[in-house]
Amino acid sequence: MSGPVARIVRFLLYAVLVAVFAGPLLALLVSAFTPVPDPSRLTLLPTRLTLDNFTAAIERDVLLYLLNSFIVVGVGLLLQIMVSISAAYALARKRFPGMRLVFLLILATMMLPEEILAIPLSLVLADVPVIHVNLVGSLVGMIVPVAAWGFSILVMTEFMREIPVELEEAARIDGAGDLRIFWSVVLPLCRPALGVIGIFGFTMIWDQYMLPLLVAQDASQFTLPLALRTLRNDEQVGVGVLLAASLLALLPSVLVFLAMQRQFMRGLTSGAIKG
Amino acid sequence: MVGPVKRHLVPWLFLAPALLIFTAFKFVPMARAVEMSFHDVRPYLGDQWVGLANYRQVFTDDAFLAAIWHTVLLAVGQTGGSILLGLGLALVLEGATRNLWLVRTAVFLPTIAAMAVVAEVWRILYYPAPDGMVNGLLGWVGLGPSQFLNAEDTSLWSVMAVGIWRGAPYDMMIFLAGLAGVDRALYEAAAADGAGPWRRLWHVAFPALRPVFAILITLAAIRGLRVFTEIFLLTNGGPNGSTEVLMTLIYKLGLERNELGVAAAGSMVLLAATVVLTLAVQAARRGDRGAAR
Repeated sequence: MSGPVARIVRFLLYAVLVAVFAGPLLALLVSAFTPVPDPSRLTLLPTRLTLDNFTAAIERDVLLYLLNSFIVVGVGLLLQIMVSISAAYALARKRFPGMRLVFLLILATMMLPEEILAIPLSLVLADVPVIHVNLVGSLVGMIVPVAAWGFSILVMTEFMREIPVELEEAARIDGAGDLRIFWSVVLPLCRPALGVIGIFGFTMIWDQYMLPLLVAQDASQFTLPLALRTLRNDEQVGVGVLLAASLLALLPSVLVFLAMQRQFMRGLTSGAIKG
Repeated sequence: MVGPVKRHLVPWLFLAPALLIFTAFKFVPMARAVEMSFHDVRPYLGDQWVGLANYRQVFTDDAFLAAIWHTVLLAVGQTGGSILLGLGLALVLEGATRNLWLVRTAVFLPTIAAMAVVAEVWRILYYPAPDGMVNGLLGWVGLGPSQFLNAEDTSLWSVMAVGIWRGAPYDMMIFLAGLAGVDRALYEAAAADGAGPWRRLWHVAFPALRPVFAILITLAAIRGLRVFTEIFLLTNGGPNGSTEVLMTLIYKLGLERNELGVAAAGSMVLLAATVVLTLAVQAARRGDRGAAR
């Protein structure tokens, strides 16, 4: 297809696709800065821009919710990455009896999302087995369960397998132990994969809903996505506050995605195509 | 020197954090769910064995049957819709130019946004008055106004559309990766033999994409079965139960009405469906590969 008509058709088609998929989110961006937005519609062409919605949102503790979200995603992601690389090291670089079983168990966890386990999980969170700690009503309860994620472990394992064994053997002959090899030989070579599991872990934790819903007992523990529903149902809160809060809940994931798009696409294909 | 005992211990030490967390927050809850599903769970009073009564309720109770039907409908509709639309998007947006890359990035954004944000945005877009935004668009083509989420006969379809809107761009990216793997030489040979674009698509690209279809169907169906957040935020099962799915019903039974045993049985049915579906698609893939050889 070429020629001016085909090009115009093509351009229009792209414009429609962008409008349909990105348009609503762009409208959210603009409307959040519009004075007294209409509850029935979003706008793309504001007459005047203002920060009023954000100052009103801050009065409604939106910054606290945002801080909670950042704590959960920050600590959760750090732990998740550490747990994943540690497990992947064992699975990719060692051979040991029971390895197949461990793989099977990790695959099984991917069929056991928080939703399906919600009811018993709420009981376990209130009384963690063996240590008998109550995690309900504490951000720790939203962080620890996401610290181990099957997808992340499998992607990392796949990547670590590719690292030539000679490098490891050379270090071992030099007298390095497992911890040294892990830290100064294997890990530096895994940096591209760290980007992949980092961006996937971020979006996964940021999008958590069921787990915070089970753990949070009052508003002081709400993450921002969780708080949106409460803000919407509060008669005293105008739609402007809801839009400002929604935008704040949208931006971090979009910015992280735009910054790490290449790693994201790589994870999408490695995780999905190879199954 | 390192003793043999210590050497056997090393991998388990590296695996320990993951296995401990999985045990506490996946396998113990799973075992509890199995146990609870056979009991009348009464906190502080002690549980009472009720055999299969909870399961009988899941398969006979009208609310559960309706929820199962809505769940299946939603899973099939969202999976199919996302795959078809995603494939369409991939075929339109395949290419290496910078413009295409920008369009793809923009189209992909719904997948990145947290579901909670997507739900709030769509509640406004679906505003049921004639001046609502989607109603405005429908008005241009002489349709509507619709009540969308607020009417029993449109609510489930409205939720489904949101799911497709968020799911299709993801499928598009997977298809693009799959299309990139299609052998160019094969494509060009077909073109040289006079095959038009549609025949090339049908005979060259689709067979190469078969494993991609299998993966997407499995992933989407599993995600579709456990759908919770979008329903919880868009309609919470309403109006009048018209969008109640298994997970929202289980959540209400277990955490609001304290019928833990029945809720656990419902979860087990959902889990069984997920496992069967996964194994079925895996088996089909293996059979497929065997036949190809």
